[in-house]
Amino acid sequence: MTNATPTLFRRLTSTKLFWPLLALALLLAFNLVFTKGFFHIEIKDGHLYGSLIDILNRAAPLMLIAIGLTLVIAASGIDISVGAVVAISGALVAMLIGGTLVLKGGVQEYVTLLPMSVAILVTLAVSTAAGLWNGFLVSRIGMQPIVATLILIVAGRGAAQLITNGQIITIYYKPYFFIGNGFLLGIPFSLYIVLLLLLITLFLTRRTALGLFIESIGINPKASRMAGINAKNLLLGVYAFCSFCAGIAGLVVCSNLKSADGNNAGMYFELDAILAVVLGGTSMTGGKFYLIGSMVGALIIQTLTTTIYSIGVPPEITLVVKSVVVFLVMMFQSETFRRTVFGKFTKQVVQS
Amino acid sequence: MIGKISVKYLSLLVTIGLFILMYGFGSVMYDGFFSPQVFLNLFVDNAFLCVTAVGMTFVIVSGGIDLSVGSVIALTTMISAHLLETSHWHPAAVIVLVLLVGSSFGFAMGSLIHHFQLPPFIVTLAGMFLARGLCYIININSIPITNAFYTEVSQFRIPLPGHSFVSINVIIFFVVVIAAIFLAHYTRFGRTVYAIGGNEQSAVLMGLPVGRTKVLVYTINGFCSALAGVVFTFYMLSGYGLHAVGMEMDAIASVVIGGTLLSGGVGYVLGTMFGVLILGTIQTLIIFQGTLSSWWTKIAIGILLFLFCLLQRLFETGKGLKTQGTTGEQKA
Repeated sequence: MTNATPTLFRRLTSTKLFWPLLALALLLAFNLVFTKGFFHIEIKDGHLYGSLIDILNRAAPLMLIAIGLTLVIAASGIDISVGAVVAISGALVAMLIGGTLVLKGGVQEYVTLLPMSVAILVTLAVSTAAGLWNGFLVSRIGMQPIVATLILIVAGRGAAQLITNGQIITIYYKPYFFIGNGFLLGIPFSLYIVLLLLLITLFLTRRTALGLFIESIGINPKASRMAGINAKNLLLGVYAFCSFCAGIAGLVVCSNLKSADGNNAGMYFELDAILAVVLGGTSMTGGKFYLIGSMVGALIIQTLTTTIYSIGVPPEITLVVKSVVVFLVMMFQSETFRRTVFGKFTKQVVQS
Repeated sequence: MIGKISVKYLSLLVTIGLFILMYGFGSVMYDGFFSPQVFLNLFVDNAFLCVTAVGMTFVIVSGGIDLSVGSVIALTTMISAHLLETSHWHPAAVIVLVLLVGSSFGFAMGSLIHHFQLPPFIVTLAGMFLARGLCYIININSIPITNAFYTEVSQFRIPLPGHSFVSINVIIFFVVVIAAIFLAHYTRFGRTVYAIGGNEQSAVLMGLPVGRTKVLVYTINGFCSALAGVVFTFYMLSGYGLHAVGMEMDAIASVVIGGTLLSGGVGYVLGTMFGVLILGTIQTLIIFQGTLSSWWTKIAIGILLFLFCLLQRLFETGKGLKTQGTTGEQKA
């Protein structure tokens, strides 16, 4: 029997963060051996440079979406429209800022359609409104989350293409590039956005009862309603928050690329985000959620992508690898699978 | 009893009525809209969508969902193009192979869903990315097809009275629809699918082969997607990893607009066909209108999808209230 297992090992493996961190560590170890200069970090022009910093910077949009999606999945919902919201947000901000180079008395100046702060606020408001729409359909009309967000995928992608007119809009406004490319104290600025959002979310869900409410909706919606939790408004808020996060991610992506592409921006983001959340230990069926785990999940995905790029495998294979990882994680989360596979190795008393 | 029947067919009637209304609107508004060829083109241009939507109907009636169909279509075009152009396989062998690949793909996903009790949408979402990724492994570029058989099928026109024509794809379209209607309403398998969608627990208790049927439903959908891929290959004459992006959304939209309940148990293959025709009519209307950009098609489909989902919810809640009051009566 397995009674002799050391308790420390048991305790370690039983924490939810153990497995995602182990996966990340294994990936990094793989890179330590096979990728030259992977851990090399140097300071250039007062910024940190290196593969690791690059991974952190590129993972920022995914981490942002994962924060919002974690809450949605915890409330036993799903939002597959995050990619479309990223596209809308990018397209909208690009259109509102626009930016043209104008010569004013011999000095080059960038002129924007709207002031940058207004453009960003409007974009975030529209993204949140998209989430409110999702939340309205789920909480008030009672649609299945997958269907409600499916509607936004179809119409949202169309709206993004409508804004960009099916083309790639380039932004010519330097200050805006700071969001996705800038450095503050040597660290990419986008990471500060992630950190801020994460801290606020952690505070709201762990220091107030909000997190508990969301988990209770995910575990048993009926019981939580009986207990006096306003599930409808909470769901509405969770979906709005998720789209808000996707909206910020859209800003970062668009700023990083210095352009907006209504056709392809945010494509496949929904899978990456779901994968990040699930890798982080949050179950697809809802209930307990792990925000830090989701962050580790996002980092695993980005490290995986960067690794695939750097070891010279065709980048197209990324999709296949990711989907295989999803299949594996899904199976390990399935009670039935664990019973059939691991049941053979451990003696079990037949129950019932 | 009469009231029950009319409610049962109401959504189907709404769909058919909407199609006639939209087509009538186009005929009144635009010159040349009401011509046999414009009407037949609805079938010619949407044959692949209808074939895959028919498969999707079975999945949704059984209470599941399949997001992988667009990718499976792309994978089918890619495998076909690669085998025809690079390996010079015989077209018949290629078609048989891709149909097998599609069916096995569906079978694998169905097995995962059934045996490990995984949520269908996440399994098929992963399947969607897997199939798309496999396309890119074969080739990241578009492969044009020059094979004689494929070009011949693609260009073959079956003349109809009134100087109009249909393509071979339309024949496949109708064969699939008729076969699916037979399968859904006149076989034991079809009735089991409806029973599972209505209430899976009850279906198990009735001793119906729930597991086998569920796996089979996804297998059939995989087959239909692959067949749609073959039809799409005839239509486009190329293989490309970016073909049929978002087709799963169109297929689901057609099924829902066709009156199938997303919660399962109720739905008609014929309704799905009209759903596809409505989507096609929206596209044709936007082309005839001329000034609207094609992105409006997606927005219009999104709005229509929303309206039908709303309609369904209203029906469902209405039905729920009724059954709550008269449970004993209805069971007896």
